[in-house]
Amino acid sequence: MPSSIRLSVKRQDTPTSSPYWEEYEIPYQPRQNVISVLMEIAKDPKTRAGKATSPVVYDRACLEEVCGSCAMRINGVARMACTALIDSLEQPIRLEPMAKFPVQRDLSVDRQVMFDSLKRIKGWIPIDGTYDLGPGPRMPEPERQQAYEYSKCITCGNCLDVCPQVNGRSNFIGAAPIAQARLFNSHPTGAMNAGERLEALMAEGGVDDCGNAQNCVRACPKSIPLTTAIAEMYRATTRYGIKKLFGT
Amino acid sequence: MANERIVVVGGGLAGLMTAVRAAELGVSVDLFSIVPVKRSHSVCAQGGINGAVNTKGEGDSTAIHFDDTVYGGDFLADQPPVKAMCDAAPGIINLLDRMGVMFNRTPEGLLDFRRFGGTKFHRTAFAGATTGQQLLYALDEQCRRYEVSGLVRKYEAWEFLGLVRDVDGNCRGITALDWYSMKIESFPASAVMLATGGPGIVFGRSTNSVINTGTAASAAYQDGAHYANGEFIQVHPTSIPGTDKLRLMSESARGEGGRVWVPRTQGDTRDPKSIPEGERWYFLEEKYPAYGNLVPRDIATREIFQVCLQGYGLGGRREVYLDLTHIPRKELDTKLGGILEIYEKFVGDDPREVPMKVFPGMHYSMGGLWVQFGKNESTGALDETSSKNQSTNVPGLFASGEVDFSIHGANRLGANSLVSCLYAGKIGGPAMVRYGRETSSKLPAADGAFTEAKKRWDAEFARLANVSGPENPHVLAQEMGDWMTDNVTVVRENGKLKETETKLQELEERWKNVGLTDRSGYANREISFINQLRNMLVIARVMTRGALMRDESRGAHFKVRDLSKGVTEENALPRDDANFLKTTIAEHSADGPKISYAAVDTSLIEPRARKY
Repeated sequence: MPSSIRLSVKRQDTPTSSPYWEEYEIPYQPRQNVISVLMEIAKDPKTRAGKATSPVVYDRACLEEVCGSCAMRINGVARMACTALIDSLEQPIRLEPMAKFPVQRDLSVDRQVMFDSLKRIKGWIPIDGTYDLGPGPRMPEPERQQAYEYSKCITCGNCLDVCPQVNGRSNFIGAAPIAQARLFNSHPTGAMNAGERLEALMAEGGVDDCGNAQNCVRACPKSIPLTTAIAEMYRATTRYGIKKLFGT
Repeated sequence: MANERIVVVGGGLAGLMTAVRAAELGVSVDLFSIVPVKRSHSVCAQGGINGAVNTKGEGDSTAIHFDDTVYGGDFLADQPPVKAMCDAAPGIINLLDRMGVMFNRTPEGLLDFRRFGGTKFHRTAFAGATTGQQLLYALDEQCRRYEVSGLVRKYEAWEFLGLVRDVDGNCRGITALDWYSMKIESFPASAVMLATGGPGIVFGRSTNSVINTGTAASAAYQDGAHYANGEFIQVHPTSIPGTDKLRLMSESARGEGGRVWVPRTQGDTRDPKSIPEGERWYFLEEKYPAYGNLVPRDIATREIFQVCLQGYGLGGRREVYLDLTHIPRKELDTKLGGILEIYEKFVGDDPREVPMKVFPGMHYSMGGLWVQFGKNESTGALDETSSKNQSTNVPGLFASGEVDFSIHGANRLGANSLVSCLYAGKIGGPAMVRYGRETSSKLPAADGAFTEAKKRWDAEFARLANVSGPENPHVLAQEMGDWMTDNVTVVRENGKLKETETKLQELEERWKNVGLTDRSGYANREISFINQLRNMLVIARVMTRGALMRDESRGAHFKVRDLSKGVTEENALPRDDANFLKTTIAEHSADGPKISYAAVDTSLIEPRARKY
């Protein structure tokens, strides 16, 4: 058992300043995760060399891997910090902000683009109003189970961070919003305007730009079948395009 | 009407429902949240949402749901809003179904329902074991529609600091802090909704998200809003202890057949699966044959606590088994997948094969900002068209969801929180719109109040940016949390409560000597936390004082004469309706909370003894 926990964090003071690395060391305790270590450092923030510093800034909320806040690169891989257990990580543990989103400060990044993508694909069921119209449409349980997998997406952004097609030179929307289009198109009411979502996925940066690296499905903390959704949406957009071409 | 604009603070279920309902009436909404609203704490609700749809033909009805809720809450809730919520619950579930929530289905494709605590009926609709997440997403999506159409404007990563009140005391808007630029601004509104959730972090580690500090409720309280029933804190029977938080293990685990037990022999260290049935003590089933493992949370929590105090905890530790291993894997995956994954990821054992180890953890505040309701005087029912609904004592300020005190009384039943948040937003949004229309032409000019409020908070944050005392805010917060968990959760005793009051005052003094380690002017979360910490200390005193003054046991508030004699009925003060069938009302003053008591509206169900 190690006597201490060592951590190396890539820090950045403002969105425009240069990044720098700092190292920390705290006494070992069993059953820690990356978040609890960052919390511990905040109680007496100093570097491994003993220099006073400030607490590391990072996003977090639920610590149960359901809010999607605490995504970061841990030993080089995008993942959630709350489920990154210290005992299963090689030390010194390297923490970096995700690289595909603008850094705000330290490990905190701006993922607004993901929420904007949900606007792009019209990610909602267009109900008429909140008044009582009785039960929703019936749905076969096996189909519901498939759709449920997609509804677990926590918008963490890991699938974008690991995707080679998501980069400064492309507008690729990424796996998460494509899977959301799949979710809404499979709902009996959502299916009524499936075409609008397919058109969004056929526009620039849509499903065509997927390079089939399949990194997304491996990086998803919720084990969402992202590549299945991409394949299904690829076929659906092709069919939709042909139908539209021939006006049938 | 032109330029109607309300402010909603908080983007969980209650806040989003409020925003959607107001936007639907054509009113503009400024929506504030410290996190992107899709990351709000409602995502953590697991088990489901109650509504007496009676799909299973068991004879369930909204009237029984109403009775279960009032009885479960030990008669401390004002009854008309509870009845109105239970009546509305099936419609709310249908609405969320129409919004696309992937609720589990029966073989006929209808919504499936499971059992939960405090009822004998299958009344809980669920989407796997991530129901809160699914419900929140559905409302987030509807809200995004209104964002696209221009009616909803989001201020995410903005923190509520305080109310703006005009010369007559009306709430006219809020002051808020941009979490990145650290700029402070005031925002006008025809009405303000606080839907900011619970105060779990006052207890240090809890099942709450770390954003649930109760800071907004406390700030509103210090700005004049009344806080009610603060002493009623729900401790969930089954959480997974962790160094950073206590992770929830949903009641649905027991709803789907999970059994709580300990070995009959103290200190039995055998592998749990090798312990024969006859040598296991299923203490909840034994003591409560009618409800078994599904007794209400306050009761299950106390029983687990007492069993551990008697030395029956696993290996002498504060842990008991929650056992699902007798249920087929496939069924567990379909109905409970989400929570089993959480256990697996954080503990490393597969709960389908090995019984889980759990212990009670702070979970929910029944108390919160005092709100009222419009009452139809001829029928005694809640009037859904009233602008009074969900309004606080401060005109123009409304509160909805866990941050308001209504519905749950002295103890909340499982799966009633989601429905109460949605119902509060459903009636709260239209009430705010109505209030705005009723008052818009009658209110005094408030320009000065906005300038004043911004000036006050600018000065305060400039001061905090320079504090350099020896105390670390995170260390103070930990001390507060430890004291509150030890003395103001499962079991209360007057001596300990008095000590806790003294300790909180000491911490308030030490807060004045707090030092900042982060001197940055950008995204400085530490300054914000120091401000939150003061607010947490203020609300901790409200909870503690309320508990000290309430000399009885009721629901989650369990007071013993002598702590060393354990968590037993004999050692406890009895429920005292003559003196304490009353709502505790706390009013802020410089010397701490001033407590008074208000009558509870028990006009619909006669209070009776609570025995499960």
